[in-house]
Amino acid sequence: MKKIQAFLFSQKIAPYVFILPFIVSLSFFWIYPMYSTINMSFHNIGNGYSEYIGLANYEKLLGDKVFHIAVRNSVIYTIFTLIILIPIPMLCAFLLNSKSVVGKRIYKSIIYLPALVSVVVAGILFRYMFSEMDSGLMNQILQFFGLESKQWLKNWGTGMFALLLLATWRWTGVNTLYFEAGLSSIDEVLYESAKVDGASAWQRFWHITLPLLKPTRIYVTTISIYAGLAMFLESFMIYGSNNSPKNIGLTIVGYLYRRGIEKNDLGYASAVGLVLLIVALSISMVYLLSSGMFKKEDK
Amino acid sequence: MGANFMRLPKNVFSYFVILLMAILVVGCSNSSSGNGENAEEVESEVTTVGPEDGAKMDMWLFVDLHQKFYSEMLNKWNEANPDKQIQIKFTVYPYADMHTKLTLAVQSGEGIPDLADVEIGQFPNYLDGEVPWLALNSYVEPYKADLVTSRLDAYEKDGNYYGVPTHVGATVMYYNTEILEKYGIDYTQIKTWDDFTAAGEKLKEASNGEVYMTSVDTGGADWLTLTMSEYGESWVEDPENANVKLDSLNNMLTMQQGWLESGIAEVTPGGQIDTEQGYATVAKGEVAAFPKAIWYMSRFTDYMPEMSGKFAIAPAPVFEEGQKRSNGAGGTGTVVYKDSENAELAAEFMAWAKLTEEGGEQIWNILGFDPVNTKVWTNQDITHNQENEYVKYFVNNPFDTLLEIQDEVNLIKTVPITTTINEVFNLTTLNEVLENGADVKQALEDAQAEVDFEQE
Repeated sequence: MKKIQAFLFSQKIAPYVFILPFIVSLSFFWIYPMYSTINMSFHNIGNGYSEYIGLANYEKLLGDKVFHIAVRNSVIYTIFTLIILIPIPMLCAFLLNSKSVVGKRIYKSIIYLPALVSVVVAGILFRYMFSEMDSGLMNQILQFFGLESKQWLKNWGTGMFALLLLATWRWTGVNTLYFEAGLSSIDEVLYESAKVDGASAWQRFWHITLPLLKPTRIYVTTISIYAGLAMFLESFMIYGSNNSPKNIGLTIVGYLYRRGIEKNDLGYASAVGLVLLIVALSISMVYLLSSGMFKKEDK
Repeated sequence: MGANFMRLPKNVFSYFVILLMAILVVGCSNSSSGNGENAEEVESEVTTVGPEDGAKMDMWLFVDLHQKFYSEMLNKWNEANPDKQIQIKFTVYPYADMHTKLTLAVQSGEGIPDLADVEIGQFPNYLDGEVPWLALNSYVEPYKADLVTSRLDAYEKDGNYYGVPTHVGATVMYYNTEILEKYGIDYTQIKTWDDFTAAGEKLKEASNGEVYMTSVDTGGADWLTLTMSEYGESWVEDPENANVKLDSLNNMLTMQQGWLESGIAEVTPGGQIDTEQGYATVAKGEVAAFPKAIWYMSRFTDYMPEMSGKFAIAPAPVFEEGQKRSNGAGGTGTVVYKDSENAELAAEFMAWAKLTEEGGEQIWNILGFDPVNTKVWTNQDITHNQENEYVKYFVNNPFDTLLEIQDEVNLIKTVPITTTINEVFNLTTLNEVLENGADVKQALEDAQAEVDFEQE
């Protein structure tokens, strides 16, 4: 017993013992499923059988029009969330950080509250809001301005609008908090010395705040890229199911769910999942490389 | 140590925020458990029926009303069979959840229930590869002569019956006699779709466009399966090579487009009439008629009680005289897990519960379905029982129509490619044709291309 203890606690072995729990859970919940998915994507899987078919699933994906629709929807959704959910929260964080705002803490709590509401509940509420009947909230607003009711969730444009509204409502608070944390790490001294040098508020923002927010910006962008591409629940709840008219609300993960669970075709669904991973990974890597995250810091 | 573990906030604003959150939490929790039978709020409900010393089984369902039926039959069974007592634990899940759970259980081989209700649309999912269900041929045999065989065939593969059917689900026409009489239309004179269209024109004139003759579906295939049955066609004639470029579909869709253009019909709110928006449309008197399966009767009694005494049931119109006037729509097949401990007993019970005359009586009384055992249809004590809520609700007796169309109930079989066909039509084709006025021939070509892609 003592020998084993001495061995485990020795200088060489102890570090590995400490990280062992992490390695175990990583392999269990990440490495094995990853390997399993890659394996399954090369098979055709049904009840009690699994036959190897090589690249057939991927070839099918290339010609799958519905998959292309899903990719298009996910990518456009991601681009829009990046356009909306990075500048606006940054602005909010900046405003919330300034000295002249009274009751900052209330605003911070209120802006963060939507993130605490379950996506499922929020999706159902937004579905009723965007109902095509005259009694729907959005249609009532339109009628107030003398316009006709719209069929919000039957057209691509208005459906995307509903999704983006939900996303904005939900995630602005979270991103604001990230940026706020980033902002608070910027030393006050820099601003004061800039003021002394005669810099305007805009110049201070452009030359001090933005560059120093870079790590936060990169972090938020990277997680937003992945969150946008992997979005599923918002669309599922707003359209009431995975099946939206003409697939206008279908996302990559939605298509994965449809194939894997609804149609019991796990091999094909694994291929979809893998393609999502590769796409998200490549976009993120390109972005991170181009923003210089991997350069060694100059000492 | 002694340091203060939790400092009370000194700031007034913090108290305010805490108060705000508390109000939100309390306020939100009360409103969601409110009234209404919103299907999305149903969580799984577990009921155990039967004596403790009976053979223990568990069963998964997706409609609460079905559980009442099975419980009733289980009690009768236990009374009549003291040597074959059964205790069943029923769990009712929401529709999609139950099928997902069952799929995962079958995939992993763990946690498969002894019995389960599987909806006809989902049934092919479990027939691919090794079928986990017990073959029920020998259990169905004693009753087979009295049954509508097309319903048994619905759950068949390679000569084996894997599901016990619940009902025939004959499609009939529901006519709002109050509206039609008001505008001088006699529904009993409508025999063909041309008659129907003419009546629709008359209705539109007389009501100044306020009432539609009917509504057409963009989110359901019932109109389509009906028309295929009428022409004697099927889009899965060859299950490996589905063909959706059929005359029947072309004619039906073109006719529906015509109705929409002349204002005789509207697109069904909610996609098809078996939705909350659909019930509202019917209850408001917005549409005067629509075709749907007999099981839609329970939607009337459950969701539209105010329409009692206004609706009549009649056979559906046809394109040409002599065509079959009905189609079996919807359905639930009960399956028995073949490796379950008491599989044979479960199969014996289930066949008895659903396929006998006694079971059929309860299927009619409790569920409002047309039972598969046709002996019930001619039993006037059951079908004309004045205490039955469906007999009371409708202007005429549902079985009068059922007996008239008894030999005309066709069935478009559900096969693996059916899910894709339904998806293509419900998501794309019907919307293109009925909402966007696309060319019907082209839309069917596009649909065929999508289906071919799946089948290659």
